[in-house]
Amino acid sequence: MRERTIAPSRILIYLVVSLIAAAWLAPLAVVVLNSLRTNEEIAQASMIGWPKQWAWSNYAAAWSGFCVAETCAGIRPYMLNSALVTIPATIFSTLLGAVAGYAVSLWRFRGDSWIYGIVTLGLFLPQQMRLLPWTIVLRDTGLMNTLTGLVVIHTIQGLSFTTLFCRNYYTAIPQDLIRAARIDGAGFFRIFWRIILPLSPPILVVTVIWQFTHIWNEFLYGVTFTTGQQQPVTAALIALSAAVADIPQHGVQSAAVMIAALPTLLIYLIGGKYFVRGLTAGAVK
Amino acid sequence: MTIAVSTTPGRPAASDWVRRLPEYLTIWVPLLLSATHLIAFTLWTIWISFTPSTLVPVSGWVGLRNYSAVAASRNWQIALDNLLLFGSAFVLLSLATGLILAILLDQRIRGENLLRSIFLYPLAVSFVVTGTVWSWLLNPGLGIQKLVRDLGWTTFRFDWLIDRDMAIWTIVIAAIWQSSGFAMALFLAGLRSVDADLIKAAQIDGAGPIRMYRRVILPTLWPITITVIVIQLQFAISTFDLVRALTNGGPGIATQLPALVVYDLMFQRSLLGRGAAAAVLMLLILLAVLLPYAAWRYVQRRRAIHA
Repeated sequence: MRERTIAPSRILIYLVVSLIAAAWLAPLAVVVLNSLRTNEEIAQASMIGWPKQWAWSNYAAAWSGFCVAETCAGIRPYMLNSALVTIPATIFSTLLGAVAGYAVSLWRFRGDSWIYGIVTLGLFLPQQMRLLPWTIVLRDTGLMNTLTGLVVIHTIQGLSFTTLFCRNYYTAIPQDLIRAARIDGAGFFRIFWRIILPLSPPILVVTVIWQFTHIWNEFLYGVTFTTGQQQPVTAALIALSAAVADIPQHGVQSAAVMIAALPTLLIYLIGGKYFVRGLTAGAVK
Repeated sequence: MTIAVSTTPGRPAASDWVRRLPEYLTIWVPLLLSATHLIAFTLWTIWISFTPSTLVPVSGWVGLRNYSAVAASRNWQIALDNLLLFGSAFVLLSLATGLILAILLDQRIRGENLLRSIFLYPLAVSFVVTGTVWSWLLNPGLGIQKLVRDLGWTTFRFDWLIDRDMAIWTIVIAAIWQSSGFAMALFLAGLRSVDADLIKAAQIDGAGPIRMYRRVILPTLWPITITVIVIQLQFAISTFDLVRALTNGGPGIATQLPALVVYDLMFQRSLLGRGAAAAVLMLLILLAVLLPYAAWRYVQRRRAIHA
């Protein structure tokens, strides 16, 4: 803050940063613009261009019109599938993770650090190591190709993250608070309900956003354990691009891609701060 | 440490245990489910990798035959070569991009929050979505090449997507775009936590901005750098969605990666034993990265306690 005039080096910094930012936004801009161009217009020119006429009908077609495989109901049923998997699995894994995090950090019991250590291994174990066992378990329990099956998988696997997030947050709560409450006769649930939960909103927001984003965006389990009408939207998008490979409909496809990306993008716009906190929390611990 | 407030003396312990059953269940069931599925599933997959299972899992013992079959297959060899190239190029370039972005954003510039959001938004979007979008942009008949040619530059070529030798670089590009923001976020946090006295002392010594970064600030970032490298490597080793959406392993099998080989063996060729062996090999590659890191973290922590 020595001088009032803008130094050339600062202009350079702004220039470089703006250029990189433009490059980062370009793919998004391309899809948004394409989702508003007609299929014919894109076929004549390239994927990169300004709409000559605004084809809002792409969104209607993407939502409920075009065909994936043999069914022509648009992307709507798959969006619904994703919502029916993501919302319950997010709620269950967050609540169970909060209780588990509270148990291992404040309640303490014999073997708590051992079991916590094993649970956090889930952060590192590749999904590929669990594919066959889950296939067998789902088949034997009749949950193969059901949304319930995906909810179960995401709840159990999500526990590794949610327990870690909550446990790290709760360790900052003084143990004496719990001790005092126990002397007053409060039990496990009462302490959780009256003391822990009211302190938890910040970490619960981080956990919910993290889980929602991850489960919504998940692809491998969706494509492995469900087929056809039961697939979540990420798997349906791949099926869609395979289905239209012969007669490309890039306008409608772009609209479908936008719709599929919208829930997590909106959450990011609203709660970006919490999303980044989850991102770095998982890394630093 | 136990606090015997809730139990009156002389009361039988069994009824206390029954009364506290809901508590025990709530504590143990989720944790046990999570822990046992991790251990049991890992052992299960390892076991399948030693059996002659094809379409369905069967018992039996074939020793390391599945492993040697996977290791000898061209698919796997190409996947490993690609992983080596993709892993190192992606990690180095995203590290560099992230560091440059963090340093630029650290110059007290206006609109920092907006810029940070722009560099991080790809992380909120599914790899299927971003992979699809990049497959359009990089498609020579649709994307950048077509645009530049339409603008009059008719000999312009940018067809890595359909070029066997260059296709893996399209995945590098998309992956860097998607996750450099993550490196930036961690580096920026690191830059912001550099000791202010250290900077002041260097300023008094007359250090210019470049020397300041090279000599004072960057050396404090190396623990973060290692963390970023390990996390990005972990991502690279298990990359699946992005490739599935962008190149689907093609052209031919030019962009094959281990995770795609596993999926292909398990669910397209129905060779469960070999698929499991490939999955275990993936785990071993991951451990080769994670175990040294865990040891390093352990030493660091010990040192921090003793200091």
